[in-house]
Amino acid sequence: MGDAAASRLEKGLDLPALRDMATRIRRHIVTMLAEAKSGHPGGSLSAVEIVTALYFGGILRYDPKRPDWPDRDRFILSKGHGVPVQYAALAEAGFFPVEELMTLRKIDSRLQGHPVLGTAPGIEASTGSLGQGLSIGLGMAMAARLDRKDYRVFVLLGDGECQEGQVWEAAMAAGHYAPNNLIAIVDYNKYQLDGAVADILDLEPLAEKWRAMKWHVREIDGHDLGAVLEGLEWATSQPGPACLIAHTVKGKGVSFMEGENAYHGVAPTEEELARALGELEDVLTRAEHSIEREAAEEREAGR
Amino acid sequence: MKELYEGLRLGKATRDAYGEALRELGTKHDDIVVLDADLAKSTKSAYFGEEFPDRFFNVGIQEANMVGMAGGLASCGKVPFISSFACFVILKGFDQLRMAVAYPKLNVKVVGSHGGISPGEDGASQQSIEDVALACSLPGFVVCVPSDEYQTRAAVEAAYRHKGPVYIRTGRPKAPVIYDGVPQDFEFGRATVVREGTDATIVANGLMVGAAVVAHEKLRRDGISVRVLDMATVKPLDEDAIRRAAEETGAIVTAEEHLIHGGLGARVAQVVCRTHPVPMEFVGLNDTYAESGDPGALLRKYGLTADDIATAVRRALERR
Repeated sequence: MGDAAASRLEKGLDLPALRDMATRIRRHIVTMLAEAKSGHPGGSLSAVEIVTALYFGGILRYDPKRPDWPDRDRFILSKGHGVPVQYAALAEAGFFPVEELMTLRKIDSRLQGHPVLGTAPGIEASTGSLGQGLSIGLGMAMAARLDRKDYRVFVLLGDGECQEGQVWEAAMAAGHYAPNNLIAIVDYNKYQLDGAVADILDLEPLAEKWRAMKWHVREIDGHDLGAVLEGLEWATSQPGPACLIAHTVKGKGVSFMEGENAYHGVAPTEEELARALGELEDVLTRAEHSIEREAAEEREAGR
Repeated sequence: MKELYEGLRLGKATRDAYGEALRELGTKHDDIVVLDADLAKSTKSAYFGEEFPDRFFNVGIQEANMVGMAGGLASCGKVPFISSFACFVILKGFDQLRMAVAYPKLNVKVVGSHGGISPGEDGASQQSIEDVALACSLPGFVVCVPSDEYQTRAAVEAAYRHKGPVYIRTGRPKAPVIYDGVPQDFEFGRATVVREGTDATIVANGLMVGAAVVAHEKLRRDGISVRVLDMATVKPLDEDAIRRAAEETGAIVTAEEHLIHGGLGARVAQVVCRTHPVPMEFVGLNDTYAESGDPGALLRKYGLTADDIATAVRRALERR
């Protein structure tokens, strides 16, 4: 294992710093989508805590200087339309410059509208045709087993995506082969393009479905960073494939997008961007104040 | 079926040659992994599975997942060979071939058995007449339809050597033998002149090469000299061999066990009209599915015999 990667494994950010990172990632998401004038804010924002915990909570082992390091953990964004959240995390992690985020969806950019293997460093699979990432992840997990390597494969699925039959082909096959290095996370934000998941094609009982496929399953609050971290640590220590069903809110963190499905695939306007950044600025400022206050209280208490 | 290939010896089925070649390759190369979707005994990938159970995944009846898994394995350095019937692996796995193999240019080898209508009695749902057109439509894919057991062996070895996605179509019945042994000079994109001729050229692949050789003999008896080109690789085409055939023989007939739209014939015509336009005829299925029946009877009913090729050659010559 490379030194940088080893250190990444040891050093996750602490919770306040993770919360700040989540807010920075949200700011990147709305900014890059407004600049691109297209894209999918809702499903990017709902996955922010999940992706932040993976990249910055000490879960994923990676080396931004060597994105093809053979022993790295793999992260596949199967719900490829949410790729702004991954690009933002990759930029913050040092895979490419943060300024490059502004090229999203533009001609000649490495940041394609949906993830493409071989373009932006850190992207592990081409997705965007829903339902396919778990199969690819299972193939990677089996490659690790054949090569006696210990890398893990994390696959983030959308809830609507779980309506695709191939997800359940892969789930059944993973239950059979039982790799202990395959983790699925469902971003259960309750909405898909045309409306509420429960109205269009209900997934429930979702946890039971995964359990029936012989997966280890836990449900978590997908916006509680502590719970997400704990869930991921639990998932990586199971004897077979593990699934985290993360209950989330579509558009989370931007008041006028939260639970408002109109922002599934519509980018914010300039005015909306200003509002969104204002709200997210307030979050950062509040966080700084609370850190200062906590520090002051600690000083008080220590005295 | 034997009566259709008068003068030629029936050898092994190309699917058998695939299974044997794959097993041999497995002894030399640890990076080969093989996946099948519950048709391993039919596609003959089971030969590999018996020898190397640790590197063999029978994923069950789920072609889409099989293709996706192959993409994941390839992105981690493995060389997956994945098999099912041609119609199932290409049609049921098509979007997965697009997203998990072609688009990311991954090193996956797809081998579809039971190509064409010669699987016979099981009927049209198990026959494959669209696979070559679909595979050719995937950017970056090499598409190969070998004619006999020896060329199949060469094609499977070439597929391993080639870095990138490959589709090989094999057949169910015993195939007429075209070559004396495994052709040492085989490479993707290079056609083989199987019979020389000056009046017209038959461009064929798969089972139709045997029929073309028989047609060559029949026409020779009538004083017509026909070149037979084995165009095993449908993509990339040997454009040079096609241009020379057009220039030197002045008429071209294509013959394929596939729809005439989108497969070998259509692709050869694209080259002919760009380089040296000459009269062309197309032997293949014309916008129709076949049905159940004895393979020989089917090939006769749907116009895929030496006689059909010879008739097409005469038609082309009339227009020259």
